[in-house]
Amino acid sequence: MKKKLVSVLLAATVMTGTLVGCGGGSDAGDAAQSTDTQAASDAGSEDAGSVDAGSDAAGGDEGKVINIYSFNDELRTRITAVYSAIENTSDDGTVSTLNDGTEIHWVINPNQDGVYQDKLDEALLNQADAAADDKVDLFAAELDYIVKYTDANVDVAMPLSDLGINPDADLAEQFAFTKTVASDVNGVQRASTWQACPGVLVYRRDIAKEVFGTDDPVEIGKKTADWATMKTTAEELKAKGYYAFSCYADTFRTYANNIAGPWVEAGSTTIKVDQKIIDWVNDSKEWMDAGYFDPTVTGQWNADWFTAMSSSSKVFAFLFPAWGIDTQMVPNWDGEEGAWAVTNAPLPYNWGGTYLVAATGTDNPTHVKEIIMALTGNQDNLTKVAKEYTEFTNAQTVMDAAANGTEFNSAFLGGQNPYGYFADSLSSIKMAPLSSYDQGCVELIQNAFGDYLQGQIDYDTAKANFETAIKERYPEILEIQWP
Amino acid sequence: MQKKRKLVNYAKWGYIFILPFFVSFFIFSLIPLVDTIRYSFYEYYRSGIKEIGPNFIGMANYASLIQSDMLKYAGNTLILWLIGFIPQIVIALTLASWFVDVRMRIRCQQFFKVVIYLPNLIMASAFAMLFFTLFSKTGPVNSILMSLGVISEVIDFMRTAFGVRTLAGSMNFLMWFGNTTIMLMAAIMGISPDIFEASEIDGCNSTQRFFRITLPLIRPILAYTLITSIIGGLQMFDVPQILTNGQGNPDRTSMTLIMFLNSHLRSKNYGMAGALSVYLFIVSGILCFIVYKITNDDDPDGSKAAAKAKKKRGER
Repeated sequence: MKKKLVSVLLAATVMTGTLVGCGGGSDAGDAAQSTDTQAASDAGSEDAGSVDAGSDAAGGDEGKVINIYSFNDELRTRITAVYSAIENTSDDGTVSTLNDGTEIHWVINPNQDGVYQDKLDEALLNQADAAADDKVDLFAAELDYIVKYTDANVDVAMPLSDLGINPDADLAEQFAFTKTVASDVNGVQRASTWQACPGVLVYRRDIAKEVFGTDDPVEIGKKTADWATMKTTAEELKAKGYYAFSCYADTFRTYANNIAGPWVEAGSTTIKVDQKIIDWVNDSKEWMDAGYFDPTVTGQWNADWFTAMSSSSKVFAFLFPAWGIDTQMVPNWDGEEGAWAVTNAPLPYNWGGTYLVAATGTDNPTHVKEIIMALTGNQDNLTKVAKEYTEFTNAQTVMDAAANGTEFNSAFLGGQNPYGYFADSLSSIKMAPLSSYDQGCVELIQNAFGDYLQGQIDYDTAKANFETAIKERYPEILEIQWP
Repeated sequence: MQKKRKLVNYAKWGYIFILPFFVSFFIFSLIPLVDTIRYSFYEYYRSGIKEIGPNFIGMANYASLIQSDMLKYAGNTLILWLIGFIPQIVIALTLASWFVDVRMRIRCQQFFKVVIYLPNLIMASAFAMLFFTLFSKTGPVNSILMSLGVISEVIDFMRTAFGVRTLAGSMNFLMWFGNTTIMLMAAIMGISPDIFEASEIDGCNSTQRFFRITLPLIRPILAYTLITSIIGGLQMFDVPQILTNGQGNPDRTSMTLIMFLNSHLRSKNYGMAGALSVYLFIVSGILCFIVYKITNDDDPDGSKAAAKAKKKRGER
């Protein structure tokens, strides 16, 4: 009997041991998508607990953890710069503590390959069941996919008015188009941004001097006024061994931002490829064959592209909005400061923009409102961000003043004040109509026709490849119409 | 009476001890497997963050896969696999027969065995990343070739079907030939030394010995290597995925079946991805059946022909 008891005990021990092992494994697999959040929030709730015991919780009935989802460091640095309630941030940048003891947990996943959206979607779908401290409170969305989240039917983005923000009064200084694209079909604004992204042409002063004899933005601006003039300019550059732009992907946004209708009409299952996109393909082919692009660069966001921004490169100009200068050109430029200057692009365009969205079901509405207002509605903060990061911020009066003053001159641009050019570009932007399929369309059409432009495949194969790829990405798309 | 009960008890403990495995297999393998097959008959995907389905649509997923470019991707997979497998099996066979050859007395055998196995220890994606950097337009391979004067213009390996396929194939070769060598060595060492000795006394040269004795006798293991390699090849995706950024560039010529599957999972299209998995499952199943047949054949000298002849003669 005793023997039997011992053996039962032994067996039970072994079994629990094995099962615990299994359980651990399953957890890791099951919760892979939310491991970092969970781990972070686990640690966080412990910390928050201890804070709660020690100090008075000024947050009232608000949650102890604010989860902010973002695709890179940009949002964290901006919020940290302007939100005065933040006392300190941990060294690894994952947790910030506010002065009332609430913690901000930064959940950062890269945009590439749709990783960010996958994780965010997963979290938003579980929003209703998640524990209060695990709920998404605030997330970042780029212009390319903002429509997906501001859709009134899916209702994952809180209308700003529900937070207690009156868009007409509190955000009156914002540029009208940034408010339009952040609104759903009923005109309810559900997101807010601190930046407007009018694009300009950024060129190398030394190359300009050598080829054109001047680096004056006004003179160069005449040479880049429209695509026809730009072509003559490219020919002149080529004669001296320089390339006008690094690659066909650089010019894409100027065309894509000027399309007449959305890629997909609301509720439709047909993709309409705009004539402007076909123009981009044809012009790029012509430019490619003429040798106006750097042949080693085959796309953006790769090592070759970054190398094209360095001092050893023969590329004359890049097309960028303000954020591109700060986040892409400054880190990749290895020469003296002041080697670049800004002038007008051949076609005004808007590229990107990060929007702040309050997630429906947030347990920290007061803090979320404070953060949104601090970053996107407070004129002092918007001035500060513009000064510190050379951003074109979403504040009309501030930007008007910046264009006329000298205190916004940029050392990287050789003391030039770029805001006049940003403002000019902005005033003529005709914002492209958005759809929730924009990101896939923009990405896949560049991929498909990239092969064509490189001379790998013919035009019709590129078209067919785009159709295949887009139907794979969006199973509900049934037809693709070409102009 | 007493004795019988004890026996039953022992059997019970046996079952209890293997229970945890079956429980976890049931929960974490079998249920997802059955679900995959079930969803392959449904329309089930995500549009934005709205879920569509699951709606039962019968065989529609299977039909539309057949009409799609699936067979082209199967062809790509086969080509990529062949580019890796042919040199792999040739080199592995040569090395294995050299290593076990007593007369060659290769020194530092252990060292070489470790070295050829090393590439297998690197994660495939890290290995692909390394090759991507090495063979990029501004990478070291191009600059070395340029400065040696071998080429006058930079070669863009990633932009030609030949370049990408060769790179992916040779990476698979490098990663797996060590593993195959060690397996084949074990097989060759399993052959009785008497046979080799006898053949030498009979005046057999080394070529004859390899083709007439070694090769036929390791045939079951060779077949096993082949089939496992095909199944591994069917699931190939990490190397081309990283090398081409998931696009299978250029012109989808390096898109493998599993990369095709992944691109369906981007839109969480469980229906279509499930159907594709079922196709792959069937192919793998057939291959497994073949290897089972081969390894279970009652063949006296390792060759099928002999086994058949024996069967015919009725000597079982």
